[in-house]
Amino acid sequence: MFKRAEGDTRRSVTIHVEGRAIEAREGDSVSAALLASGLDARRATAVSGAKRLPYCMMGVCFDCLVTIDGVGNRQGCLVPVVDGMQIEIQKGKREIGK
Amino acid sequence: MSAPKREQYAVVVIGAGPAGLAATASAAGAGLSTLLLDENAGPGGQVWRAISSTPVTREAVLGADYWSGAELATAARDSGAEIIHRATVWSLDRNLELGVSVGGGSAFIKAKRVIIATGALERPFPIPGWTLPGVMTAGAAQTMLKSSGLVPDGRTIIAGQGPLLWLLAAQILRLGGRIDRVLDTTPRANYMAALPHAFAFMTSPYVMKGLAMMREVRAKVPVVKGVTELAAAGDGKLASVSYVAGSKRETLPADLLLLHQGVVPNVNLAMAAGVEHRWNESQLCWTPVLDADGNSSVPGIAIAGDGAGIGGAQAAIWRGRIAARAAIAALAPAAVAKLDPIAALRTGLARAERGRAFLDVLFQPAPQFRIPKGDTIVCRCEEITAQDVLDSVAIGATGPNQLKAYRRTGMGPCQGRLCGLTVTELMAEARGKSPQEIGYYRLRAPVKPIMLSELAALPKSDEATKAVVRG
Repeated sequence: MFKRAEGDTRRSVTIHVEGRAIEAREGDSVSAALLASGLDARRATAVSGAKRLPYCMMGVCFDCLVTIDGVGNRQGCLVPVVDGMQIEIQKGKREIGK
Repeated sequence: MSAPKREQYAVVVIGAGPAGLAATASAAGAGLSTLLLDENAGPGGQVWRAISSTPVTREAVLGADYWSGAELATAARDSGAEIIHRATVWSLDRNLELGVSVGGGSAFIKAKRVIIATGALERPFPIPGWTLPGVMTAGAAQTMLKSSGLVPDGRTIIAGQGPLLWLLAAQILRLGGRIDRVLDTTPRANYMAALPHAFAFMTSPYVMKGLAMMREVRAKVPVVKGVTELAAAGDGKLASVSYVAGSKRETLPADLLLLHQGVVPNVNLAMAAGVEHRWNESQLCWTPVLDADGNSSVPGIAIAGDGAGIGGAQAAIWRGRIAARAAIAALAPAAVAKLDPIAALRTGLARAERGRAFLDVLFQPAPQFRIPKGDTIVCRCEEITAQDVLDSVAIGATGPNQLKAYRRTGMGPCQGRLCGLTVTELMAEARGKSPQEIGYYRLRAPVKPIMLSELAALPKSDEATKAVVRG
């Protein structure tokens, strides 16, 4: 859906999406890194389980909700990637303890 | 990223876009203790997003208007203000006490003046299939382009209207991205309606830039004008986009649909603080009631930038300066003499607002793209359709706040940001009332979700503890 333009010289960062290492760039948001990775990053809504991807990328729609380092319901579009970050695609409601 | 250093500031500015940066530079420059709180990773807001970190460094790609933001970002940084990014302001009340979350912990701080510069968000564009993966806003694509150098590379359709749509299309093409079609939904009748405002627009700085951008896009991408129907379809993700223009109906295969029909003020924080808003008949959204200095109905709270009514980046800068000047006049009158005279600021604002009336009329979205029908989703969080809303009206829901009890609209995590305007207009039409009469959701803190543990960990006074102790 998206590709990286040429001439991006930012440092590479590795994050782990459900155990799979993907390469992102320093300054990417988690949501941007997921969309650039080509992985199926669709979450499932809490109400019906419908598949969603980020819609607004600016912190207002909450369709980018994701589990980051064990904490659920994070807005992936507002969190910059950090080396070693563990991402889980959120399926439905946030789980207790996550 | 660390919590605010003090418990009290003279001025707290919320939002580091054009208005917030300008207000911060002015207030701190005049010697006032100033705190700038911003939700993003760096300064710039939406229009200058990632101004200090973008990988898209070839100047012509993002354009001169984008790069002009660097100067103000630097001015704010060097002004002596305390600036905290990735800070979420989740509460503001009439006592000018703010709840702010930074790095997973919250604090309350006090201000003598608050300048809300939380800007705008894209108007909801509720068409069939707009919740499908692969349907995003144009602004979302622009955010990824500016902050990560990402461009569309599948079959991409851009649909809607307004200056941002053309700017985004031009930027994507300059950076080697793919656009298969632009579907222009500007209602044909708007061209005639906007004519009385054309002179001011023709003599504004927008006209040449706008025309050049449209030419640039048309040279590379087929553009369909007069689109009156639009729908996205697919099973679990976007597969096709259908549209009607004149007598022509067409379905295009698509991987990505970017929607845009203008921007509207982001009202949540200001409304939760009790700031009076009224329905704006020309911009078709809620705008705060403000005096000429940006002061709201709540003493001590001013609003600057697009949150005060859509005016664009240049107007936002002037409004930020004007609001800061009023704060300086109230808190440090001796410093006012060194500032630009108020008349110069007002002249600057008037110049920046020139041509806006033309854009407001020309790009007023058509009713069918604001007020959906049938099983089109209105509330994305709670997955409530237009028909669900009408059914609730039929059994007695009178306005958006009653509707919450019927259908939970606006009670999901986005707190009405993506459905509020649609619900107001839909209910107004169904009940034969004006949007002003129908009203809006009653918004309350926290205006963004925070962890309960964060609330519980806030320092408590003895009084607050005793208030909930039995016996």
